[in-house]
Amino acid sequence: MHKILIIGEHDGKTLNPATAKCVTCAKAIPDSEITIALLGADTASVAAQAAALSAVKSVLRVDRAENAHPLAATFAPQIVALAAEYSHLFGPSTSFGKDLMPRVAALLGVPQVSDLMAVESAYRFRRPIYAGNAIVTVEADASRKLVATVRVASFEAAGAGGSAAIDSKSLNAALPAHTRYIGAKSGSTDRPDLQTASKVVSGGRALGSAENFKLLFSFADKIGAAVGASRAAVDAGYAPNEMQVGQTGKIISPEMYIAVGISGAIQHLTGIKDARTIVAINKDAEAPIFEVADVGLVGDLFQIVPELEKLVGT
Amino acid sequence: MQKIMVCMKRVVDYNVRVRVKPDGSGVMLDGVKMSLNPFDEIALEEALRIKERVGNIEVLAVSIGVADTQQQLRTALAMGADRAILVQSDTAVEPLIAAQTFLALVKKENPDLVLLGKQAIDDDANQTGQMLAALWDRPQATYASKVEINGTKVQVTREVDAGLETIEVDLPAVITVDLRLNEPRYVKLPDIMKAKKKPLETTSLDTLGVAAGQLIKVVKTDPPPQRQKGVIVKDVAELVDVLKKKGLI
Repeated sequence: MHKILIIGEHDGKTLNPATAKCVTCAKAIPDSEITIALLGADTASVAAQAAALSAVKSVLRVDRAENAHPLAATFAPQIVALAAEYSHLFGPSTSFGKDLMPRVAALLGVPQVSDLMAVESAYRFRRPIYAGNAIVTVEADASRKLVATVRVASFEAAGAGGSAAIDSKSLNAALPAHTRYIGAKSGSTDRPDLQTASKVVSGGRALGSAENFKLLFSFADKIGAAVGASRAAVDAGYAPNEMQVGQTGKIISPEMYIAVGISGAIQHLTGIKDARTIVAINKDAEAPIFEVADVGLVGDLFQIVPELEKLVGT
Repeated sequence: MQKIMVCMKRVVDYNVRVRVKPDGSGVMLDGVKMSLNPFDEIALEEALRIKERVGNIEVLAVSIGVADTQQQLRTALAMGADRAILVQSDTAVEPLIAAQTFLALVKKENPDLVLLGKQAIDDDANQTGQMLAALWDRPQATYASKVEINGTKVQVTREVDAGLETIEVDLPAVITVDLRLNEPRYVKLPDIMKAKKKPLETTSLDTLGVAAGQLIKVVKTDPPPQRQKGVIVKDVAELVDVLKKKGLI
């Protein structure tokens, strides 16, 4: 049997949907038994959410004041203290998991497989390299613990219907004092979360200014979409960094992705390849975005977007 | 602060469209332009800016790779690094072994700060900095978009999924850098000439006491699945029609 420990991501109130996607990845491993570990100041309510995911056998709560913020240096030794009985340790390929899991792997003295996109066997996986321009099949040594991050865009979220046992753990792990949380600035918004939204409207450099992004926000609100941006738009200061979609930003898999004024550099396309339907609006008919778009419209975005907003829902 | 070590990787240039070999044994690298990993260039730029602000700091550029990696390290010296070390290896080195190698250099060189890119654009692993920090038992601050040194502490603003997060770490520490930290300088011709005289030392994994090896086996390499080319609609009304038929709006 393969005992899999998933490190759950949460903000103290809500379990991040990336965790449910890790569960689906773990379920694909033959003969698996899944445990979710939650580290936090008070994980009572997120533990209940994790326990309700289908196929999860147990949920481990590690509550202590030092875990109020997810610092890799603080979390990693605690995860190592939990790791002994597990064959696989999974975290999501989010900024949380990408920061944390390699530290865990190195403390355990084992390599990590990043961005699992498909499971071929308990130790054989597929993952993207070169911004998704090649896919490698890799095989890890079954005699070692397997540490991996799960490319969340490649897996559906596990459904509800589980009733896992919830246990509290007190761990004997020495925590470092060398890393301190100071604060966070998030672009809090009422719009759907970009990472998990079913519809995303994204803008590129052609928007021309932060002011013009309002066009997209207004349209997105009409159809209930999240708003993203290309690297060029973020670099130009039209949109904040958390909106960036692509190789070095967020990798997303919405039902519909509407690319507005985005030419479609390889690094951007790697972030949207898993979208069910890609719609491209661009004035340049030769733009590479049209090569991957399911539906394309050539024209001036400043005319098209307001017209589109008017026509949807009529 | 006296010394900053910047870890740099030679990778296929950012602008090259990588192709998979027909036999699935890897990607085509023959005759392809190679460059410094762009994130590592940003790391070096940050080290140089810290040096320009604080003064009297040695900036050491280190890399692991084939003999030709000397070209990339010469570029780093031309940008302004004071000294370089190449750990020569003819086979690709995985992140854990790279971290063990950089740890061996850290023990030898005792830097106050190690800077490197958040990921290399070839394997996109995003592991080496975190692993080095773990093995060194020191703090890590990943995905930095702002670095402020205050004596023996550093305040780092990090680009995270939810926005920006600020942490404070004690030195020595490992910082991995994100895109928007700075814009690396261009190298000028006189600097290239000067760089030829700067020290570039070559060593090996063996000399550093690091065991080479393949920890994760690459079974095969495939091209990514291609998306089917779609339809071009003539106007907004037709676009709305198509999306309605697909049940998307």
